[in-house]
Amino acid sequence: MASTRTGRRLAPYGFLAPAIILFGLFFALPIGYALHLSLHSVQVKGLGIGRNAREEVWVGLDNFTTALTDPELLAGAGRVLRYGAMLVPTMLGLALLFALLLDLPRTRFRAFSRLAIFLPYAVPGIVASLLWGFLYLPSVSPGYFLLRAVGFSGPDLLQGDWLFLALTNIAVWGGTGFNMIVIYTSLRAVPPELYESARLDGCSETQIALRIKIPLIMPSLVLTFFFSTIATLQVFAEPMTLRPLTNSLSWTWSPYMKVYRDAFVQGGLHSAAATAVVIAVVTLVLSFGFLKVVNRRTAERTP
Amino acid sequence: MSALLVGPRVQPSVSARATRRTSWLATFLLLLGAIYCLVPVLWVVMAATKSRSELFSTFTFLPGSGLWANVSELSAYRDGVYWLWMLNSGLYAGVGALLSAAVSAVSGYALAKYSFPGRGAIFTVILAGVLMPPITLAVPQYLLLAKVDLAGSYWSVLLPSVLSPYGIYLARVYAAAAVPDEVLEAARVDGARDLRLFLSIALPMMRPGLVTIFLFQFVAIWNNFLLPYVMLADDTTFPVTVGLYSLLQQGASKPALYTLVITGALLSIIPLIALFLGLQRYWRVDLLSGAVKS
Repeated sequence: MASTRTGRRLAPYGFLAPAIILFGLFFALPIGYALHLSLHSVQVKGLGIGRNAREEVWVGLDNFTTALTDPELLAGAGRVLRYGAMLVPTMLGLALLFALLLDLPRTRFRAFSRLAIFLPYAVPGIVASLLWGFLYLPSVSPGYFLLRAVGFSGPDLLQGDWLFLALTNIAVWGGTGFNMIVIYTSLRAVPPELYESARLDGCSETQIALRIKIPLIMPSLVLTFFFSTIATLQVFAEPMTLRPLTNSLSWTWSPYMKVYRDAFVQGGLHSAAATAVVIAVVTLVLSFGFLKVVNRRTAERTP
Repeated sequence: MSALLVGPRVQPSVSARATRRTSWLATFLLLLGAIYCLVPVLWVVMAATKSRSELFSTFTFLPGSGLWANVSELSAYRDGVYWLWMLNSGLYAGVGALLSAAVSAVSGYALAKYSFPGRGAIFTVILAGVLMPPITLAVPQYLLLAKVDLAGSYWSVLLPSVLSPYGIYLARVYAAAAVPDEVLEAARVDGARDLRLFLSIALPMMRPGLVTIFLFQFVAIWNNFLLPYVMLADDTTFPVTVGLYSLLQQGASKPALYTLVITGALLSIIPLIALFLGLQRYWRVDLLSGAVKS
């Protein structure tokens, strides 16, 4: 009996062993290694020939100073912020609107619309950017075809400020459906009694949506906002795909692209690691700060 | 925008009749959204049927005559490497999602059904993994795998995809809801050991939730670009996302390759759309929303 009890005490650790080992190997160890790289640099001794010519030396925070004062990284961060400021409100606004419309009792073709709007979730970011990339190209796009037919030329969507719109559109297309389903699901969980009487009292559906439904689904709106913002900061596949189609997308358009270029195109592993650590720290600080604010506000409302 | 939501104002006395009337404005707006989402897909379906000359000369939403020629040209490209990419994607996503669902199942079960020292800490640390930016992980993962000669291999894409903090979180929520303590307790009194308890009692009860985890992880791996792009160099190991990207990079300067890229893009989204339409009842987003409220 005693041995079974020991077994029972150890069992959960046994069940968790695969996850703990994988976490150690593919999360903890790489993070530790990135920190190590970011604090070191390679020094070339003598002529730089031979086995011991290249030596890794401790450089303290030098790599971080370089990364944080690099105008390209700051410009990239600025571009991503601008892109996010366009993307997140548009995408979540549309997702909320569609979810509320789906929740109305008198809407038709609901199953079809829901499925069609969710469909882009099944399309990889690379393919989505590819499809839109072609739709942006004057030589193959139906939009330009129609514009030319009536004698206009249309803007070049892959240049200058239009580029932000082009990238935002790809992400809105890809992300609205998933967020719509998350919001819609939590709308379905609201008991109808809560607004049935308001409806009988003559409240319009808009009033019901604004005063009753939206406050009740606030937790899932906060959640979708949080995850969408994080995903925005990580933009990589979309600008990478559009790059071959235009010359106005630099290798360092987003911080992610810069890390990739520094590490694998230019071979600057140590500075790339420092930039990657900076990205991680910024993400974590933003996340925990955001969660703290949300928790405090929830605590205030429920004394 | 919200003004668009206003339906006809309903008097209490006629509300029963009014609820049966269609709200055409809401229907119209939703259909507009549906069309917006379908346009690029319809475009690629049409464009893939066009021969090279038709692609640049005919109106985009009219079908062409070259679908079969395009598919066979794509299949012939570099000895059929495109189909190898599709197989690779299936392998990475299928095996990766299966392992991921298995690890999530045991971990979620242990976290939901046992209380033991360190439970909260382990859960929090794994969950915090969600917040780690993929690039901060991918670069050192590549360098470390290169040290053990695994970078560029199938393992380098499979292994980092197995641990899914989100999957463990869902499995924990699902195990807590779907596996009653009384059933486990009764089996335990009958002398069942922990592993047996999990395999023959908890696992069958958790199956629908695990299918959901499998599907979400399958899509996540299939759609992933960053990790395989960082890890792989040899194009026979590419998944279809990286493969299409490499094709586009060569094709950008040669419009002759456009038809290949377009046909490849169309064929690449068919498996996921089929998986998604075929297993609709398993796409349980409510697991996520339900968990948010608790």
